[in-house]
Order: sequence, then C-alpha cells, then structure tokens
Amino acid sequence: MSDLNAQMVEKYRNSFLKEVEANVEEGEWVKMCMQCGVCSGSCPLGPYWEHPPQEIFMMIRAGKREEVLKSESMWMCTSCYNCIVRCPRGLPITHIMHGLAHYAERLGLAPKQNPTRRFALMFWDNIAKHGRVNETVLSIKLYFMDGFSAGIKRALEMLPVGLGMLKAKRFNPWGLFFHKGCKGKRDIQKILAKAREIELAKAAKFGG
Amino acid sequence: MSDVKIGAYICKGCGLGDRLDTAALAKIAEREGKAAFAKEHDFLCSEAGVAMIREDIEKEGVNRVVIAACSRRAKTDAFAFDGDGVAVSRANLREGVIWARPDTEEARETTQEMAEDYVRMACAEVRYMTPPQPNPEAQTNRRILVVGGGVSGMTAALEAAKAGYEVTIVEKSGALGGWAAKLHRRVPDHAPYADPQETGVEAMIQSVEADPRIEVVLNARITRTSGAPGRFSADITTESGQTRTENFGAIIQASGFIPYDASKLPELGYGKTPDVVTQLELEELVRQAGGGPVKRPSDGKEVRSVVFVQCAGQRSDKEGHLPYCSGFCCTASIKQAMYFKDQNPDIDTTILYTDLRTPGYLEDFYRSGQRKGVIFTKGVASEVKPANGGGAVVHFKDLILDEDVQVEADLVVLATGMIPNSGVDIEKPEKREGQSDEDYQKALEEARVRMGLNPGEESVLNLQYRQGPDLPKLRYGFADSHFICFPYETRRTGIYATGPVRRPMDITQAMEDAVGATLKAIQALENAGKGRAAHPRVGDLSYPSFRRDGCTQCKRCTVECPFGAIDEDEERYPVFNESRCRRCGTCMGACPVRVISFENYSVDTVGQQIKAVDIPDEFSEKPRILVLACENDAYPALDMAAQNGIHYSPFVRIVPVRCLGSVNTIWVTDALNSGYDGVILMGCQKGENYQCHFVKGSEMAHYRMGKIGDSLEQLQLEVERVQTYEVAITDIERAPRLINEMEQLIEKIGMSPFKF
Repeated sequence: MSDLNAQMVEKYRNSFLKEVEANVEEGEWVKMCMQCGVCSGSCPLGPYWEHPPQEIFMMIRAGKREEVLKSESMWMCTSCYNCIVRCPRGLPITHIMHGLAHYAERLGLAPKQNPTRRFALMFWDNIAKHGRVNETVLSIKLYFMDGFSAGIKRALEMLPVGLGMLKAKRFNPWGLFFHKGCKGKRDIQKILAKAREIELAKAAKFGG
Repeated sequence: MSDVKIGAYICKGCGLGDRLDTAALAKIAEREGKAAFAKEHDFLCSEAGVAMIREDIEKEGVNRVVIAACSRRAKTDAFAFDGDGVAVSRANLREGVIWARPDTEEARETTQEMAEDYVRMACAEVRYMTPPQPNPEAQTNRRILVVGGGVSGMTAALEAAKAGYEVTIVEKSGALGGWAAKLHRRVPDHAPYADPQETGVEAMIQSVEADPRIEVVLNARITRTSGAPGRFSADITTESGQTRTENFGAIIQASGFIPYDASKLPELGYGKTPDVVTQLELEELVRQAGGGPVKRPSDGKEVRSVVFVQCAGQRSDKEGHLPYCSGFCCTASIKQAMYFKDQNPDIDTTILYTDLRTPGYLEDFYRSGQRKGVIFTKGVASEVKPANGGGAVVHFKDLILDEDVQVEADLVVLATGMIPNSGVDIEKPEKREGQSDEDYQKALEEARVRMGLNPGEESVLNLQYRQGPDLPKLRYGFADSHFICFPYETRRTGIYATGPVRRPMDITQAMEDAVGATLKAIQALENAGKGRAAHPRVGDLSYPSFRRDGCTQCKRCTVECPFGAIDEDEERYPVFNESRCRRCGTCMGACPVRVISFENYSVDTVGQQIKAVDIPDEFSEKPRILVLACENDAYPALDMAAQNGIHYSPFVRIVPVRCLGSVNTIWVTDALNSGYDGVILMGCQKGENYQCHFVKGSEMAHYRMGKIGDSLEQLQLEVERVQTYEVAITDIERAPRLINEMEQLIEKIGMSPFKF
C-alpha cells in the first residue's frame, strides 16, 4: 500500500506535462485547459472515448503517463474539428490528440490492435512508397486487414459499390499490378527522411 | 384654506380629445372639484401650454395645479411647478385611462367615467396638499468622516479631497494601509493582467498624508455619533483616552474585514504543522524572503512545491465555516503561485479548486498563471496532514478523474475568506414577554444568519440612534445596502458603507466602490444643506411632521422607520430628523391616530381621493376597485402595460403611493365602508431579497394587511376583497391580470353592500 501511495504522490509531480509540452505537437497548450468540458460535450464520438479530451488533459497534468499514452482514446478522434471551434480557450484539441497518438506510437506504447492505428500505418506505407496513394491496394489491404475470410466477406459486401465505381471509371483494377506514383518519388523520400531526422533530434533532447 | 386656488388643465393631445369628452371633464373639475377654473388645451406639455399655466400662476394667483393629461411619470420637466410655491396633482388620463381601455363604442361610457373619477381625485388631492418648503433646520457641513484607513477609506478620502471636501480619517490601528499594506504584491488592475503588481499602498499613504484637506487620526475610534446628514457630530477617542468632538456632513464607513480564523480548520492541518499557512501568512513569508527563495516555516528548507487549497472554510454549510464566496481568494492564489513561479519556474505549484472565479479581465491573469506553469486541479481537499520530515500531505478528491488522491508539498496555503467588520447586531433579539421558546429560538437563528461569524462585540460607529449603534445587517454580518437599485445606500441616510464591510471584494473592487460611496456622501451632504432628500426621492423638499396634541406616544413610527430617522424625546414624543428621512411615509402608514403627514402627501391627500370617486349603486353592475400602487414599481408597471396596449378593467381606480409602507389601514377600511367592492395593494418584493426602495416598507404593509381580516369580519365582508401583492416593475402582464382577477372575483361574490 505504501508503495502505491508513494507512486501516486510521485505521479502528481508535473514532469509528464513537461514531457508532453516538449514532445507532442501543440503540447504546450495542454496547461491552458480550464476544464470546462466543452470539448468532451462537443465530440460526436464523445460517448465512445474512454477518456474524453478534457480528462486526457487533466490526466497529463496529474502525471498519468502510462495511462494516457497506452490509451485508445486519442485514436478515436475523427478530425471533425468541433472541439477546436468551440474551445473557449482556443486549444487546438484535434491537433493535440493526433500529437499524443503519434507520440505514443513513437514510444511504442500505442495499442497495437487499434484499427485507426493500423489503417494509419497502412496509409503511410502506401503513400510514402510512391508519393501518391494507390487506392486499389489500400482498399484491398484494408479489407483483408483481419485475415482472408473476413476480407472476402467484406469485399463481397462492397461488390455493388465496386462495380458501380468500375462503371464510372472511378476504380482501376489494374492498379493492383501497376502503379505509377508521382514524378519525384526519390525527392519525396528524401524529404521524408530529413523530416524524420529532425523529429528524432528534437525528441532526443528530452529523452523521448 | 381660504387661499387655495385650484387651476385645472385638461389636455386634449395624445388622442385624449378624441376619446374623452374633455368639456365634461372641465365641468366636473369646476363643479365637483371646486377648481377656480378649468381650461382645455390641445397640447398641454407644449411651450404654449406650459406658458398658459405659468401665466395663471403668476397673474391669477393659482397655487394648486391639476394636470389632467398623462401619467405623473411622464413630462415631469414640463410640469415642474413645485418650486414656485405651487402644489401639483396629476390625473393620469392617458396611461391610466385611454391607453388602458379599448377604443370601442361599448367601452366609451365606462372609459369616460374612469376619466371623470381621476379628475375628481386629482382635484381632491391637490386641495389637501401644501406646497412643500425646504427643511428649516438644514445645515451645510462640507466635512466628511471616513472610518477606517485601509484602501477603501484612503480612496474615499482622496476622492473627496479632490472634489474639494475636507476629510478626517479615523483609523483604529497605528498605521494607514489596512490589510493591503501587508501584501507583497497585488493582483493586477490593468492590461495585460499578466503579473502581480506593486500594491501602491505606500504611494497612497503618501498622498493621503500630503493632502492638506485630509486629516488622519491614528489609534482612534469613534465613541459616539449623533445627528443627521449635514449635522453629524462624532466623538473621536484616541488610545490615550483623549476625546474630541467634531462635526461632519456625511460619514463613510470603510471598516473593512476581519480575516477568517484558520485555527477553525484543523482538518486542513492548520495549527498541526507550521507548513500549513493562510494566504496572509504567505505574504509575510514572501516578504521575509526578499526576492530570494521562500523558506519552509518548519525547518527553513527551500520550498520546492506548494499546494493552494481554495475555499478553505468557505462556501460550505458546515458550522463555523463561511457559507459565501469571498471573491478575492482565487486570484490571490494565482498571484501567490506566481510569486514562486517567477522566482523559480521549477517549483511545483498546484491550485486545488472546485470553481475558479476570476471576474472580468482577471481571466487573462488566470491564463497568465497557466502559461507560467501553475497547475490547476479541480478537486476538493478532505484532509491535510503533516508529512514525515516536514511539509504536508493533501488528501483530495479529483473531481475530473473521480478518484481519491494525495499529494505531498513543502507548503500548503489555505485560501480563507473575509468576515465583515461591521460592528454589533442592532437587531439582536431579546426574549420578549410572552414569547414562546420556539419563536425566540427562531429569532436567535435569524440573528446568527444575519451576523454570520462577525463577533459583533464592538461597535464601529456608536450611533446615538434609537435603532442602535451600528448599520443594520442583512446576512453574514455585511452592512445592508440595496444591492439591486442603490448599492451604496445603507439604511442610515448619510452614512455610506464601502469596501469589504459591504460585500467581499478585492482591492480593485474596493477602490471602485469607495469612489461611488464618496460621490454618494457628497450628494447627501449637499442635499442636506439645501434641505431636501438625497435619496431615493432626490430633491424632495417635503418631510414628515406630526401633530403633537394628537400623538399617543405609541412609538410605532420610531420603531417601524426603516432608516432610524425618528428618535424620541424625553417625553417619548417622536423627534423627526428630516435629513435622515427618505420620505417613504412608513411612519405615516404606521400611525394609528394618523397624526403624521407630509406637506404634499398625507392621510388626507389619499383619503380624499378615495372619497372623491363616484360610487354607482349596487344594481348598476359597475363595481369599484381601489388599487394602492407603489409609485416605484407597480405604478410604472401599470403605465407600461397600458403603453403596450394591455387593457384592464374600467372599474379600477389607481392611487399611487410613495411606498406600500405608507398605506394607512384607515384608507382600506374607509374605502370598504364607502362602497368599494375590492381593494388591491401592490408593493415590491419583500423579505431577504427585497426590492422595496425603502427596504421594509412592503414588508410592513404585508404585515399590517395580514391583520385587516378582523376589520373585514366586523364589516361582515369577505376577506378576499382585500388583496396584497408583490409586484415587480417587470410585471406588465401580471399587474393588469391581478386587477381583472379582482373584477371576476367581485362578479362571483357579489357587490359590496355598503353603497349608499
């Protein structure tokens, strides 16, 4: 018990807040939250979040590092920007949520099976490789994300939509085999590599 | 009354000429109203109309003027003949008659009858009015006494001096500055509201001391205050026992506050470890540190973490706690957290709050605190315990994360509140003969609420008033002021409470407050010098007087005057202090033998109006309803209803009264005796959240009318025939509805049998 006690006391040091400020995109805004709860009330997915944004901010201030970073909550954000529009203190809440998710991923703490996370990674691989999204490959991968039989089932469900798109020339099945990508693929990859380098250097400053 | 010469003037403008038979009204004014003459005019409030009246006053010797036109609340500038030794009465034909009635053929007859009655009433009223003369005892004294030398008192003194008035500050301690002088810095009062700023108290003390108009008496108290606005006399007694008597025109009481005694909060660790301090004690610690790191009181270790516990012993129903919010402590804690953050940003500062209150631009100060890294945690502290090795552990419930947690800190600061330093409870109950224990306990409980935690041991002003030595309190010991309409006015005319003695406030608010109180004090003494009322009937020259040979020394007037304006002489006759009087007439309503009157407002001026109304016989199906309406709220509400096209019963006759408190029950019984079918009294909201201009007037009226049932029973009349309502100025739909409901009621229970 006394061990837990000491832990709790330790948690209420504000070092995690500083960590967030230094490493998370727009993290310096977290301290400005005044706990009015408008963000949580405005979120269309609010009821499905384990910890709505207001609570996440409070948890950061309370130093609940593991709980925040391992949380599925910020992965729930659909970027509707309702919270940003309504926040009386002007916090860029959507950006902070994505920043937190990204930071958790970087630390390897993000929940591995979170579907948003998996799709995001898929999307990133796809676009980073060619500089342009191969929609055919991306959707096939998304369908078969949870295994072969689930993929078939999902594909069959979407069959009428796919055929319609095919008719309207909005779906190119050849994309499965040929994808041109953009012109300066190599340059794009260079840019991305440099960006990564800068980010890691920044993170290294605070041992993130 | 041989010299009374009534001139009646009937306006035909604003549609009055089209809707009413004004020639008939003129005839009634002359024949029944005994006017010397009655004139019609197409546009009475025009230059020509007013000139016509003035000419009659000057050449024809008219000294009573009846204006039968719009409401007495309209065109007051045009019809202001009062100053010329002339009494004026207004018959409200526009708002009171034509606008309150539909313009139809069927309604024409009753509308005309209504107008005729109002003309009769105005003529009757004016005949019994005397043109008011200024109070002959008026004195001008341009000195102001300021009690208390804190920020509020000093601001008041400086403002009064700037306006050219002499001031004496009496301060009980040995130095000016009050509690503010003990602060290291203060919460900012100007943009960008980002950092604590210099208190400015030193500079203020210097300007007070350098001002030739301001005299400062330290280590002194007021041991006696008597008199009235314009002629207050105060004994100033110094610590050494020397007393001198000085005269003043007005008094500003800036006696400030007493800090809450934190030793009543052992659960929050106060007294158990020196590392739990109050906000005031922290100011001292920071001053001692002199810009360096603040040291922990227990062992002198540098403070690395601080927790501020907000609402300590405040906003709580627990016994010994303050039920109210002191208003200043949230921003004070932010300021104090900044002391630490500005000195060393690595010091952890947590403010534990339930509701953070940062009024006005101080929201920017809150933001600044957040920017500086002060942590704001929404939670309620349950316990503070000394920690092993110094400091303290704060146990609290986090209200956002919904969990019980604890945090250790080197220093815990309790945000305790302020208790008004407002003297003794003048309404403290003593057990009366025949009073039941239960009633007495109830009265004691009320007194406890009234005084809050104010010790109430020592008087601040030592007033020699019949009602007691200090200002009346409403709740928690704060000096009562009319917070809706007249926040600076106490119930003692010419004495103005300002600063935290009036309500909890911070330095900025107290300074603003003191300016307001000073202006009021100046107004009071200047008006007293001219022998007229300062407030709320500004400029009113009339004042109450009584007929000594009729007085039975029953003391009701002296007891019921809400403003302590009436003392008693050695023979126990009332002594009216005119300049203390607010002209509400509550004394007039109280007097059982009806000997109290004003020159232009008396038992007769209203009684004769009631009698002047033509009462049709029992079988006419035309009942008569008398409405006695407060001129401040109910009467304007009815005017506004008519302006908005809301119609009401044509059988009603409305008499405005200064305050419902001035209603003498004789008016009601006379009305019923002479055949009125119903009587409605409309006053303001009473009780703790009173809206009555005269504080107790409406309450008194309700109390008195509660006893009128006996008279009704004697007359064998239904008690429902008399109704007393609280009507607000915004009740423009309700007030006419109440009248119509009375008409329906009379239809149901039948006409009064007293019609002759």
